[in-house]
Amino acid sequence: MAIEAYSGDGWLLTKLEQLINWGRKRSPWPLPYGTACCGIEMMAALASGYDMARFGAERPSFSPRQADVLIEAGTITKKMVPILKRIYDQMAEPKWVIAMGACACSGGVFRTYSTLQGIDKVIPVDVYVPGCPPRPEGLLYALLKLIEKIEKDHPLHKKAVLLKGELQHGTQR
Amino acid sequence: MALKDSVSRLLQNDLIALEESAGCIFAEVPKDKIVSCLSSLRDELGFNFLSDIVGVDNSALYEAKAKKAKKKKDKEGEENETPEPERPALPRFEVIYLLLNPDTNERLQVRIRVPEDDLKVQSITSLWKGANWPERECFDMFGIRFEGHPYLRRLLMWDEFPAHPLRKDYPLEGMGEERHLIYEPEGEGHWT
Repeated sequence: MAIEAYSGDGWLLTKLEQLINWGRKRSPWPLPYGTACCGIEMMAALASGYDMARFGAERPSFSPRQADVLIEAGTITKKMVPILKRIYDQMAEPKWVIAMGACACSGGVFRTYSTLQGIDKVIPVDVYVPGCPPRPEGLLYALLKLIEKIEKDHPLHKKAVLLKGELQHGTQR
Repeated sequence: MALKDSVSRLLQNDLIALEESAGCIFAEVPKDKIVSCLSSLRDELGFNFLSDIVGVDNSALYEAKAKKAKKKKDKEGEENETPEPERPALPRFEVIYLLLNPDTNERLQVRIRVPEDDLKVQSITSLWKGANWPERECFDMFGIRFEGHPYLRRLLMWDEFPAHPLRKDYPLEGMGEERHLIYEPEGEGHWT
């Protein structure tokens, strides 16, 4: 449809859900949580060379309360688990998580007593990016996949299930 | 080598062994003399820089040696009627102090042996303030207690961690220790 159709007085018919999803998918503001070499690739993806802002990840939010997507880039030690969990809990709904790199997905090469064997043991993960570290294109692809996921969401029908002692999405503890 | 002579002249009776291997000089001293030995090395030979303090668990090494000796004994069979007298078992742990003389660029490794039933070593934080964290790390990883340390707390693992992970009897993949934040939606979250 040409742009003239939108100008002047008139109507625009859509579903409320689609309107909400349209807004959400165009502005997935990331919270960069870089703990290892994946963080360097994440910086490259956010900077002007790869320019993640093209897909709406406009402003890396260093405060969890203003962020939508937690990009967990790097190794998580077991000592750091409460900090990661607390940061995730501080993020306001709706929130999504990208596990970037082998360490965040499964612990990677660090199969030791000190390393968390995948952050999905602690927080729910939406998109996993394999690689050690993944290239910035990998992170961009993950963001596009996440946008696809947001498009299919039903924000009005989502029931907030917050049982006592249990997180949303049935998180393991 | 001049350094070897001066070390042996300085420490004299306190010296248990003095070896040279791959260009490094190892001096072994008694456990309870470590503070006086290191302070005289620092003040008189100019080793005034402490690079690091390292713990070593030798139990796997001793086991391998004992196994090899037993194999050799079995091979010889009954020919050797008189078995060699058993040497007293060496203490399980070692603590190695890596010293550097920045003026002459000479290095010295001072070693003490720590038995498993007496894991107490005098702290050398009175000589070097920088010994604080290496001693904490050594305590964290091996459970060696440094007496007189101002703040002997785990350095790398979290406080409630139950084991000492660099000991040889600790499995690499851990024993299932996890650290969790217990989340209570209605009350205040607290740390465990």
